[in-house]
Amino acid sequence: MRVVSVQREDFDASAQARALTQGRSDVGAVVTFVGLCRDEGGKLAALELEHYPGMAEAEIHRVVEEAETRWPLAGLVAIHRFGAIRPGEQIVMVATASSHRAAAFAAAEFLMDYLKTRAPFWKRVVLKDGTSEGWVEAKDVDEAATERWE
Amino acid sequence: MKAVYFAWVRERIGKADEEIDPPAEVVTVKDLISWLSAQGETYAYAFERASVIRAAIDRVHVKPEAKISGAREIAFFPPMTGG
Repeated sequence: MRVVSVQREDFDASAQARALTQGRSDVGAVVTFVGLCRDEGGKLAALELEHYPGMAEAEIHRVVEEAETRWPLAGLVAIHRFGAIRPGEQIVMVATASSHRAAAFAAAEFLMDYLKTRAPFWKRVVLKDGTSEGWVEAKDVDEAATERWE
Repeated sequence: MKAVYFAWVRERIGKADEEIDPPAEVVTVKDLISWLSAQGETYAYAFERASVIRAAIDRVHVKPEAKISGAREIAFFPPMTGG
């Protein structure tokens, strides 16, 4: 089972994770990660997420296919939102299912590292006073996290 | 071919997409960035730090050395900040 979605709407992370094991008894491990919008000490009103329609979906599918070749996965979910996202709201989720935990943990971390640095999304910070702090700068630490898989 | 721009590259150029028709000597993505940079102040500003600009041809990431011949859509954007 593979779920890939790029969407404006929120998602139900628990239901998505549950669906990975629905009607099967061979899965021994499910790892779920949800990325949320922080308020940055109360200053942030929202993140505006721009994406490249078409390529975002295609790139996530490529990353998912790579994860499936590296680890024995029973299923996975990768959902990324775009548009305005307020503090406390969900931005992204990955869930991975496998017979054993090592593959599920590793694949989830791999997917998130690649989603952050290879999937065409860009965050812009909107502050509570109505001004924009501009575009979030890519972090070297995120790039380094991705490169360790290569 | 169609050029598409995202995030601050789009804002600096002032448009999200356009049809472009570079001359034959523009062979690679790097050449195209140089050519676009010479198309006016907004382009020069967008591409002033050419080394940080990322590109995709027909929705697949490519390196600056990639050849653009046959491309239908070429995208330019800053390093990605999703997740």
